[in-house]
Amino acid sequence: MTTPPVPAPAAAATPATSASDSTPSVSSSTTAASMTAPADRATTTGAPSAARSDPKRRRRSPRTPLSPRPSVPLTLVTALVLVYTLLPLAWLFINATKDQKGLMNSFGLWFADDVNLWDNITRTLTYDDGAFVRWLLNTLLYVAAGAGGATVLAVLGGYALAKFAFPGRRAVFAVVIGAVAVPGTALAVPTFLMFSRMGLTNTPWAVIIPSLISPFGLYLMWVFAAEAVPTELLEAARIDGSGELRTFFRIALPLLMPGTVTVLLFSMVATWNNYFLPLIMIKDPDWYPLTLGLNAWNAQAQTAGGEPVFDIVITGSLLTIVPIVAVFLLLQRYWQSGLAAGSVKE
Amino acid sequence: MGWGFAGPFVAVFGLVLLAPIGYALYLSLFKDRLIGGTSFVGLENYGEALADTRFWEGLARVGLFLLVQVPVMLGVALLVALAIDSGRLYGRTFFRVAVFLPYAVPAVVASLIWGFMYGTRFGLVGNINDALGVTLPDPLSPSLVLASIGNIVTWEFVGYNMLIFYSALKVVPRSLYEAAAIDGAGEWRVIASVKLPAIRSSLVIATIFSIIGSFQLFNEPSILQKLAPNAITSDFTPNLYTYSLSFAGQQHNYAATVAIVMGVITAVIAYTVQLRGMRKG
Amino acid sequence: MRMRTPVTRRLLGAVAVVSALALGATACGSGGTDDGSASAGPKDVAAALEKGGKVTVWAWEPTLKKVAEDFEKKYPKVDVELVNAGTGDKQYTALQNAIAAGSGAPDVAQIEYYALGQFAIGKSVENLAPYGADKLASGFTPGPWNAVHRDGAVDALPMDSGPMALFYNKKVFDQHGIAVPTTWDEYVEAARALHKADPKLFITNDTGDAGFATSLIWQAGGRPYKSKGTDVTVDFGDQGTRTYAGTWQKLLDEKLVAPISSWSDSWYKGLADGTVATLAIGAWMPASFVSGVAAASGDWRVAPLPQWTKGGTASAENGGSSLAVPKAAKNKELAYAFTEFATTGAGASTRVAAGAFPATRADLESPAFLDADFPYFGGQQANRIFADSARNVGADWSYLPFQVYANSVFNDTVGKAYVSSTTLTAGLNAWQETSVKYGKDQGFTVNK
Repeated sequence: MTTPPVPAPAAAATPATSASDSTPSVSSSTTAASMTAPADRATTTGAPSAARSDPKRRRRSPRTPLSPRPSVPLTLVTALVLVYTLLPLAWLFINATKDQKGLMNSFGLWFADDVNLWDNITRTLTYDDGAFVRWLLNTLLYVAAGAGGATVLAVLGGYALAKFAFPGRRAVFAVVIGAVAVPGTALAVPTFLMFSRMGLTNTPWAVIIPSLISPFGLYLMWVFAAEAVPTELLEAARIDGSGELRTFFRIALPLLMPGTVTVLLFSMVATWNNYFLPLIMIKDPDWYPLTLGLNAWNAQAQTAGGEPVFDIVITGSLLTIVPIVAVFLLLQRYWQSGLAAGSVKE
Repeated sequence: MGWGFAGPFVAVFGLVLLAPIGYALYLSLFKDRLIGGTSFVGLENYGEALADTRFWEGLARVGLFLLVQVPVMLGVALLVALAIDSGRLYGRTFFRVAVFLPYAVPAVVASLIWGFMYGTRFGLVGNINDALGVTLPDPLSPSLVLASIGNIVTWEFVGYNMLIFYSALKVVPRSLYEAAAIDGAGEWRVIASVKLPAIRSSLVIATIFSIIGSFQLFNEPSILQKLAPNAITSDFTPNLYTYSLSFAGQQHNYAATVAIVMGVITAVIAYTVQLRGMRKG
Repeated sequence: MRMRTPVTRRLLGAVAVVSALALGATACGSGGTDDGSASAGPKDVAAALEKGGKVTVWAWEPTLKKVAEDFEKKYPKVDVELVNAGTGDKQYTALQNAIAAGSGAPDVAQIEYYALGQFAIGKSVENLAPYGADKLASGFTPGPWNAVHRDGAVDALPMDSGPMALFYNKKVFDQHGIAVPTTWDEYVEAARALHKADPKLFITNDTGDAGFATSLIWQAGGRPYKSKGTDVTVDFGDQGTRTYAGTWQKLLDEKLVAPISSWSDSWYKGLADGTVATLAIGAWMPASFVSGVAAASGDWRVAPLPQWTKGGTASAENGGSSLAVPKAAKNKELAYAFTEFATTGAGASTRVAAGAFPATRADLESPAFLDADFPYFGGQQANRIFADSARNVGADWSYLPFQVYANSVFNDTVGKAYVSSTTLTAGLNAWQETSVKYGKDQGFTVNK
């Protein structure tokens, strides 16, 4: 019952630090090569041929002299880690195929005699007047508005920090880190009281507004923008008389796409898994996100006369993970390129 | 112009983080009692927090957690990243995705799953005991519970860190490898003298995240508390402590004080690591 | 945060009928003075019902759903919004937050008896006497009524109660030829015999539960808490507490209780497969057996709670909750109307029919209730045992006005006895110390 006090933000925020002493703009050693890299990476997805001549494109081939052949021992050793990460997920999947009785009576890491996965999914979707579907839609709303908004704010903010000199710029990150270092659980009540005064509790805004802040996203966009958007390009645009907004949308934004997708994905996971703040803010089950709803079902087992529905909770947990995993698989290409650019600096 | 772009972030940040912190600072100067109401007490709460053994014991516990769990997690993440990056794995893409998957699992669900696995009667530990006729130590006993929580956190975040490292490795210019290879350097040598220095900033960043994450440890112990109520006390970590102060004890003022002290300590350590990590080399 | 609370639907102590009635009468006389508004009388309730409106109810009690529907049917202009705002502590947290914020509080809230004092002393709940609640005194059983009623005010109306009984797995007991214990000493013997016969079997589960421990102390005659206004006493040194600690220590020392937390999935498994062989718990438990331990239908039976002295009949309450109207409620008359409807008359009967255990005399004494067969318990008329228990609940028990906090640190202190060489007595002393410190800190006069 609980959750990331300030989950992704908390974890994410700190990296920013490097910023305080120098703009993270590709500190010294990063070469011209990496300055251009993000740019062509942004385009390569669509048109690989265009960048063929770039030495960085051939990244893989120079490997040959170093380590060409896949190694069975190394694969086996790494597979140990794989077992570790997948075993609990296997448990979740296996148990999602069991009914309440099967859960009680069968060995946890193997299937029960009858497989009820489909039946469980149907029951999960229809239980409690189809609340699961409602919660799923709520979660989608929170993710779209919260993670989408967080990405927009982070992109704008990161771009500003990387490409504009303005008073107070250096303080921004120091303040952000200091703020996320304060344990979120103790801030929940002050935040609740404030939001309540603003009439926001028990509305979607109470979940969406706090989700708009992704300190890690801001950091990532800062380093990314510093590298991916050559200052000369911006200067040239300005000389041509392009306004700042126009310059941003026409020149900077396309170059920032991979980083943007990265931030979007991180924010999506954070919002999708958000639990603690909604728990405090939302009392109306009609506005629950999935995490809260599942937890409420889980808590039924703790009430006298309440119906324990562990089977539905487990199946619901599995269903909750599936969409986010699917998004990862679909977008992992962007995801890597964005992060890669972010960590280029030395 | 810069503020124009940064403005929206700063405004929302001020609303959802700075304002509550300001409010908490204000609260920390007062004391509210069930009988007698609210009174201004100045810095009294801070004096109390600095002398509060329950707080310091919790801090020591997460400090220990930090010293053990973070190196293990980052170490495994780094090794897997290097393995995938080496190009010598069969099914590289599969590894990358599979190791990363746990990050997509909400902490609530992760703790639920592991809570089951840890069960000595019906859980996996119980199954192993029965099958092999052994008695494994109870993972949820007071002496082991911190390690068990560390395992859950490692599981959740090893893939996340692995991908950060892996992505950093991917942009290390290959020309550096080639040069090293021509010089006759072996694979380990290349790792030590080329790859690791090249991704140092990522390592530092991941370390700082993990420090903040450790100091704010809350979800996993709080969920496991139901299964191990006597091993995970209400002051097990500083964050659990502020939570129970605030929610069970209605001591909002003191909870705010503890949180602020904790925030200052965390920020100081994070800054120190950052400065040292970035300075070296 | 610890979620033991659901389990612990603790009930406030029962006072002798006479004294409850006497207090009720006093309240009657002074009714209305608290608010100073004669306007908030029964008439207003009727008018409010006539006018209609919306009532928001925060409760996790499943049987209220049907009641809300019936209420809407009876008063078509009233819209009842039933919200599960969390179980136990979680809901109280939300309630405290909403009250502090000055908006968003419900019109009616479910509050367990043990927690009610905290809301009452904080003046967060409306005195229901002026609405006519004081006239309902004789309709409720004394224990629950005593729990909602103090200093002439009615803080809430009793919704259910939990006189304790022993639920045991007859199949397991028969299989090993063990007699059902009638005293706690026999209980310890049975625990030994069971565990010896099959090391997988445990007499019960226990990982330290404040509600359970205080209930057993209550049954043993201990009265560790006394409170009068802001004067509070905490003393775990009395005979009743010592009796409880001495016996229970044996079970812990010999590792005869399963280290499984109640309401976890392992617990349900243990109840279903017989490895947790008994439960000493409130009379509201059958509904949970039916819904959560369906696989063991027919295995279980109900017996009177084991006694501390042979031939005794003493009992105690375990759990139970009330419905209160927060001071911050928007439409208090309407809120009261629903509260009364849900806790008395047809509403109470509807809930009893759905498995709740009544706090109303009429239901508790009705032949239909007493004669009801429980197919789950092999056709046993279990309500007779529960009703006997309800009559024998020890008088004069009271909780602390900050019991929510006290219970939250139970496992920090007494819990040590479950996982280390600390004794229960030492743990109880530590619990006392922590509670005293908190009480003083909050401005109470403690142990003076």
